[in-house]
Amino acid sequence: MIQFERFTLANGLTVIVHRDVSTPMVVLDILYDVGARDEDPERTGFAHLFEHLMFGGSINIPDYDEPLQVAGGENNAYTTNDLTNYYCQLPLENIETAFWLESDRMLSLAFSEKSLDVQRKVVCEEFKEHYLNKPYGDAWQLIREMAYTSHPYRWMTIGKELKHIEEAKLSDVKDFFFKHYRPSNAIMAVAGNVEVEEVRKLAEKWFGDIDPGERYVRSIQPEPLQTEARKKTVKRNVPLDALYKCWHMPSRLEHGYYVADLITDILGGSTSSRLYQALVKEKKLFSNIECYHFGTVDRGLLAIEGKLVKGVDIHEAERAIDAILADLKEKKIDEKELQKVKNKTESLMAFEDMTLMNRANSLAYYEFLGDASLMNTELARYQEVSADDILAESRRLFDDKNSNTLYYMAE
Amino acid sequence: MIKDKTVTIKGLNRKQAPKIKDAVEFNLSLKPYEKLVLDNGIEVYTVSGGAEEVMQLEWVFFAGNSYEKANGIAAATNHLIKNGTSGKTAFEISEHFDFYGSYLNRHCYNETAVISLHTLTRHLSELLPVVSELITDPVFPEHELDIFKQNMRQKLEVNLKKCDFVANRLIDEYLYGADHPYGKYSTLQTYEVLNREQLVDFHKQFYLHGKLVIFVAGILPADLYQQLNAHFGKLPVQQTTASLVHPIHAAAEKKYRISNDPAGVQGAIRIARPFVTRKHPDFAPMQVLNTLFGGFFGSRLMSNIREDKGYTYGIHSYFQNHIAESAIMISTEAGKDVCEETVKEVYHEMELLRREPVSEEELLLVKNYLIGTILGDLDGPFHIIGRWKNVVLNELPQDYFYSSVDAIKNVTPAHLQELANKYLQPDSFYELIVV
Repeated sequence: MIQFERFTLANGLTVIVHRDVSTPMVVLDILYDVGARDEDPERTGFAHLFEHLMFGGSINIPDYDEPLQVAGGENNAYTTNDLTNYYCQLPLENIETAFWLESDRMLSLAFSEKSLDVQRKVVCEEFKEHYLNKPYGDAWQLIREMAYTSHPYRWMTIGKELKHIEEAKLSDVKDFFFKHYRPSNAIMAVAGNVEVEEVRKLAEKWFGDIDPGERYVRSIQPEPLQTEARKKTVKRNVPLDALYKCWHMPSRLEHGYYVADLITDILGGSTSSRLYQALVKEKKLFSNIECYHFGTVDRGLLAIEGKLVKGVDIHEAERAIDAILADLKEKKIDEKELQKVKNKTESLMAFEDMTLMNRANSLAYYEFLGDASLMNTELARYQEVSADDILAESRRLFDDKNSNTLYYMAE
Repeated sequence: MIKDKTVTIKGLNRKQAPKIKDAVEFNLSLKPYEKLVLDNGIEVYTVSGGAEEVMQLEWVFFAGNSYEKANGIAAATNHLIKNGTSGKTAFEISEHFDFYGSYLNRHCYNETAVISLHTLTRHLSELLPVVSELITDPVFPEHELDIFKQNMRQKLEVNLKKCDFVANRLIDEYLYGADHPYGKYSTLQTYEVLNREQLVDFHKQFYLHGKLVIFVAGILPADLYQQLNAHFGKLPVQQTTASLVHPIHAAAEKKYRISNDPAGVQGAIRIARPFVTRKHPDFAPMQVLNTLFGGFFGSRLMSNIREDKGYTYGIHSYFQNHIAESAIMISTEAGKDVCEETVKEVYHEMELLRREPVSEEELLLVKNYLIGTILGDLDGPFHIIGRWKNVVLNELPQDYFYSSVDAIKNVTPAHLQELANKYLQPDSFYELIVV
């Protein structure tokens, strides 16, 4: 059970306080409710580029990192399709430094041309390092474009193409900031040996007077229901053929999400999972195979991805996957196997909650989903999944009409 | 727009940083370990604590690749130790650990090979008997080895397409030579010739009759000692290890440009030179110099090459984490057309450190950052046992943690300049770009 308290400032900033008396450190985590799904299709990669610019100086403080490091702190940030999260950790005695730094960049960035110019280049190198200069690096871009016809999950957080990042202008940066980086669009989690009243005072002092701005209202049309199987074949300069298949799955708070999450553990994720045992060990069709999903807020994708053993026909390999899925759709799994994947989930959650940083992170995330206390009911939602649920969800998920297949072939 | 508003709200001066306590004034303390000795002399180091009912156990064998007679044996033995015993198949073993929600992993390093277990504390007694079985009775089935060899070959083929992977292998070869444990690497041929007998022999010598040290952390059961003694207290292990003699054959040529993928858009840059180990008095103050040079986000290399010029997503310098020998390594992936310029800038930053003493202000920042990081890193028993493991395996003095913290706090600009002149001389560095 993770204890916390919550209050909201007049300008709409929500604050979560988690007390842990055992640590000399304090974590301040600010989650902004903006991600790649809020981007213009012609200007993708912007939420992530923006995350980089948040370190390029704010209106009163020329450099974010330096004063934090002087105070013995460290920080980082990440952007997903759904959200952008900034977090720092520093000794408790220096907690006010974090409030000072974070509030100033919520007040306003410095909007420097130099910073934009440099970060455009840095992000282009990040794009190259992870997606262009790596074998199979473009696979997920291809799959997203196949699986989503209109929903903005169609592009990756890094962006659709280098050009969108190269062409970003300072006026775009300003508009984006004042549209999305407002107190009412943010959640702050503070964790450490702190009293809620002390946090309230600091929050009022540093964040209280920030202009609330206009509340951003998201209007994303849901992805239309997929009605026929989609397939695509590409040839690339890679040593091995690879097969990617994915299916649309329930959104983050639906019961079906928890069922689908457990299904990924039944199929992949460990050496006792069904796909690994049958297709890597027994049939020797794949040299590795994985099953996972992206944990997105809107309806997401559940994926199976594998590299083929040289000489194996990709359609034979695909039929073998289909046979395993057919089995899951026909026969109810036994209680022991269901218990296994639930146990795995329980232990994963316990290990995740060990660090102060993760706890702060999770509290902000669940508050973003609707209520920080979801963090404490999450395990129960997995526990209530039945073998019947697995059967029913497998039938819905692994319907051929819901499938997207990429044949990624060696030249 | 807010930008035109007055920036001082209700007397709050946002340009003024709040007062801080310098992290160097903090007293750091490392929770001591408790040591148990099993009936057969195996040493067990434990650190208890934590908010969750979980624990981590590591069985560290002196069975790394420094001990193998041919390439690949140590790693294959370590990897396949959980793929079958005389009583259980690979699948049954995996299923057992998975059922209890635990994570059983293996890692093979240069000196050591490790089996690690992460589990909820309440399941420990179900798992230890099987760990013991893996150590005493693995059979290394032929068909498991075949699958391993095939899959490792395929994985290697994919990795060889990556410029960073190729660069990491080559720079180690230049530093230590292709016959040295730190410099050698596997090829497709390595996996062709690997056979079951080699694994069986290696296991017998270095696991069953080798030297083993156990590290345990987390919320510990009251009968931990009894449980460990029952399952590991009778292993016929040794208290000492075979002494290792591996001469270094460093490359004569210092500069390399390698073309790996004509269509590549980035180059992997590695610049490295031999360096002292943790036992040397220069090691702790050099940690400060390294941090300032390329060891954190605010470092000279990062500020210049990423934050000023935008040549790369990241550039880092670090010391290699080996026991017997070490190296200073500068590592980055940069745009193909700015690789040479990046290398030039790295040497330029070395020159600045040799020529001019760092300011007291910059030095205080780096010290505060380092001490703050150590303070943050002492979060929980897993991190604390990690620090003790480092002391035990490197045979460092018991006060190593405190003496290195003192060395960090007390180093001066003059000392750093002296170290820069000693270690950051371009002529002593190997230099490699793989595109």
